[in-house]
Amino acid sequence: MARIELSGINKSYGASRALRDLNLVVEDGEFFVLLGRTGAGKTTTLRMIAGLEKPDTGSVSIGDHDVSGWTAAERDVALVLQQYSLYPRLTVRGNLEFPLRAPGRKFSDAEIKARVEKAATTLQITHLLDRKVERLSGGEMQRVSIGRAIVRQPSVFLMDEPLSALDAKLRESLRVELKKLHSDLGATFLFVTHDQVEAMSMGDKIGVLRQGRLVQVGTPADIYERPLNTFVARSVGSPPMNLIDGRLSGGMADLGKFQLPVAANARGEGAVTFGIRPENVVLAPGAPGEARIFDIEDQGVVKILVMDMGDARLHVTVPAGTHVQRDEVVRFGWKADRVVTFDKESGANLALG
Amino acid sequence: MADVMTRLEPDTRAAARGLSDLSIRNLFIIPTIAFLIIFNVFPLIYSLYTAFTDYRASTSAPANWIGLGNFRELLNDPNIWRNFTITAKYVVISVTGQVFVGFGLAMLLNRPIPLKGLITTLLLLPMMLSPAVVGLFWKLLYDPSFGIINFFLGLGKFEWLADPQMALWAVAIVDIWMWSPFVMLLSLAGLSAVPKHLYEAAEIDRAGPFYTFFRITLPLVAPILMIAIIFRTMEAFKTFDHAYILSTQPTTELIAIRLYKMAFLEWQTGMSSAFAYIVLIVVVAITNIYVKYLNKAKAR
Repeated sequence: MARIELSGINKSYGASRALRDLNLVVEDGEFFVLLGRTGAGKTTTLRMIAGLEKPDTGSVSIGDHDVSGWTAAERDVALVLQQYSLYPRLTVRGNLEFPLRAPGRKFSDAEIKARVEKAATTLQITHLLDRKVERLSGGEMQRVSIGRAIVRQPSVFLMDEPLSALDAKLRESLRVELKKLHSDLGATFLFVTHDQVEAMSMGDKIGVLRQGRLVQVGTPADIYERPLNTFVARSVGSPPMNLIDGRLSGGMADLGKFQLPVAANARGEGAVTFGIRPENVVLAPGAPGEARIFDIEDQGVVKILVMDMGDARLHVTVPAGTHVQRDEVVRFGWKADRVVTFDKESGANLALG
Repeated sequence: MADVMTRLEPDTRAAARGLSDLSIRNLFIIPTIAFLIIFNVFPLIYSLYTAFTDYRASTSAPANWIGLGNFRELLNDPNIWRNFTITAKYVVISVTGQVFVGFGLAMLLNRPIPLKGLITTLLLLPMMLSPAVVGLFWKLLYDPSFGIINFFLGLGKFEWLADPQMALWAVAIVDIWMWSPFVMLLSLAGLSAVPKHLYEAAEIDRAGPFYTFFRITLPLVAPILMIAIIFRTMEAFKTFDHAYILSTQPTTELIAIRLYKMAFLEWQTGMSSAFAYIVLIVVVAITNIYVKYLNKAKAR
């Protein structure tokens, strides 16, 4: 059992408050992703669980134990960092053996060899075992770093932006491998990232952090379709959700120059902020909306249009085959049942309030 | 105005802009090269010539070419070999001491402690003193009847400098005191360059302090420590000032002291030039061995 529970965590560094009353539960065997910008408190949260930082107030428990007073060595968690943190001057094998040969762990040489071989096979680094770590590429280093975590067979894996330093292609393939590793090992994974694509594609659950507060926790679908507020709405999706100020009355969204229908169950009245995902805006001749195309970004599968409505810009995803030109004036509508309404002042999702 | 500019010669325009490349060369490079030639290159070549003669700077007698005579005589002189043995022992004691004390101080300072900057600066002071001054006041510190060292260590009337066996150690201790800060300074730079996340990874991997030190700290600091050792060995080989002031014992007659006596008390200019060349070759050889190790340490 390796359920992680943080309750009432506060942490300050001098005058700046890194975490404010953080409560977080990661269930046993879950792949949990903490998503947030730089300085949101993701890494601090992770280091708190690893035992590298002590919270000012609050408690940390792993499994059935309150580990608040335990050192990092006692907690038996594995940590993978963005900088790989491989031990210099050692071979890959030396690095993988390192935690197994540490004082306080008693493994026979045969056991160590077996575990190292197994980890190397899993991560496809068997051919690198006798190479010095200084001679590895970034992707290989990160594999070794993950390998060093798995040889110990810990019940909790903590990963601090492990893929951020890698190039895009490698990032994609390691993403898939990490998910597979998670399902093979059945351990609890806590993964920290600022990349919403990683969060959406890997997480069983996502926690969105903002300035030391946990804003929303939910499945990727929850976060994407039912964001708690405008901040979460803008945090996931690429391009993010469009937010347009307008007025809601009688089942119609009044956007100033034109009106668009919204679903009958839409909450709110008067001045609200409408949220619509780029893929839910539809170009159609004769539709009520009107905008001029400001920019076109061809991504192969789809085209992303930036449309100028006069006082606001709108991102729209259309199939790659759509023929449009820059500066062309187009007409558009939206899928009425996909419109989210937010409070204009607080940004809170009115449907969830 | 415009056609005044076009009528000016190119050189004049460059001068108007500031210093031209040519004048920079004349101002800075030529004096430097002249200086080097007069004070370094010429003596180097001239002393190589005198090494093969019986030249004495104290007489007006012409120098006679005697081939390898000086070298033959020097290398057959058991006293010279004794000077080399003493120097080797001195270098080993003082450099080893400096590495241990300096690296130890660096380890102690490489953590957040109050007044760290002030403490570091104070520790660097010995390095900035003149070696002759250091020799003079250590002579007082070592004094058997009123010296503060015997007083604090409760050694009574212990003879530091008059005892032929102890004198070399006493001279080495002064060198350690004076130059450990140098090793400390370089080690501090090396230590602060070790990424903190490596220690965190080791902590999570349950590595003990010894294991962490030998597996992470030492390998990463080794190259810069090696540089400190090279510098200190070369310098220790040349030790003269404080050793000359502290002790006149034959057991502390380092090669630099022997060389000085030979050149300026006995006026054997040709012979001492030959001796200086022998020392130069030894220092270059030792440095080369070190550099080889340094490259190995860096490559690993």
